[in-house]
Amino acid sequence: MKARTGLIWLTIIMLTVLPLWFAAVPSAEPGGTAPEAFSGADARAQQAITVIAPDYKPWFAPLFEPPSGEIASLLFALQAALGAGVIGFWLGTSVAREVAQKASPQDERED
Amino acid sequence: MHIMEGFLPPAHAIGWAAASAPFLAWGLRSMGRGLHAHPERRMLLGVAAAFAFLLSALKLPSVTGSCSHPTGVGLGALLFGPAAMVPVGFVVLLFQALLLAHGGLTTLGANVFSMAIVGPFVSYGVFRAVAAMGISRTVAVFLAACLGDLATYVTTSAQLAWAFPDPVAGFGVSFAKFAGIFALTQLPIAISEGLLTVLVVNAMARFNAHELRLLPVMALAKGKAA
Repeated sequence: MKARTGLIWLTIIMLTVLPLWFAAVPSAEPGGTAPEAFSGADARAQQAITVIAPDYKPWFAPLFEPPSGEIASLLFALQAALGAGVIGFWLGTSVAREVAQKASPQDERED
Repeated sequence: MHIMEGFLPPAHAIGWAAASAPFLAWGLRSMGRGLHAHPERRMLLGVAAAFAFLLSALKLPSVTGSCSHPTGVGLGALLFGPAAMVPVGFVVLLFQALLLAHGGLTTLGANVFSMAIVGPFVSYGVFRAVAAMGISRTVAVFLAACLGDLATYVTTSAQLAWAFPDPVAGFGVSFAKFAGIFALTQLPIAISEGLLTVLVVNAMARFNAHELRLLPVMALAKGKAA
């Protein structure tokens, strides 16, 4: 069980890290420029739209845009931190409960 | 899978919003009723929502030389049914549309449809099918989360191909192009999401075995836990 969990983590890390070396070099769209390496797929789709429908004009703009890439990273990090915080709280209380139960097996479970 | 603000023609934007709205209403009702009947599930629902928040903020590099993110909604769909994840996905997408200029208000309906409706429903369906075949819970969870994630990105590709068919060759060519951007990139990321979901479900099986046994979906795979 323990070994399998480690193996799963290792696979996830490899799947994330290996593409940094072995990824295909992005090719230029006909009529467009080559996209930046490791740009977002969303941005690349947007680029593809401008190739398929060069006359299309976006008819609505975001109400608020992060003033810079740094601020955008900050907000993404905040979103991830919120999620990770809740998961950490759950894991922490769960482990503490398990430890407490092992220490005093006679105690009634409260939940 | 975020279609950028303003990048769907108005008719499509309104159509997808209209298609998503009833699912959102159903999801809110189902979530409210579920929590009212089983208040002890609040913690696990919170974990499922947090998982979606965390994963959809992580943009991971992929083999195509671009980055994309997992969705994290498969986990909640397995635990609480697919409808419960519609409001969760909606909140994530609304947060990103308002604060991050990632996705958008006009494309919210289409993005909710792919990430918060198609993804969870595919995950749920795959889990039930695999569990019914008597295959281990771990495999069922992995396939459900992985294929649900992929289904979201295939849906986005179809949505864009429908709105922007190739001027000469039509929907098919355009779909292939968008799928090349989204679905191909997503392959390793979907596998990662499947594995992460397995880890969380394993932890829940250890720490919350009691609650997990009472969840209708998980009960299907009861006794076949690895």
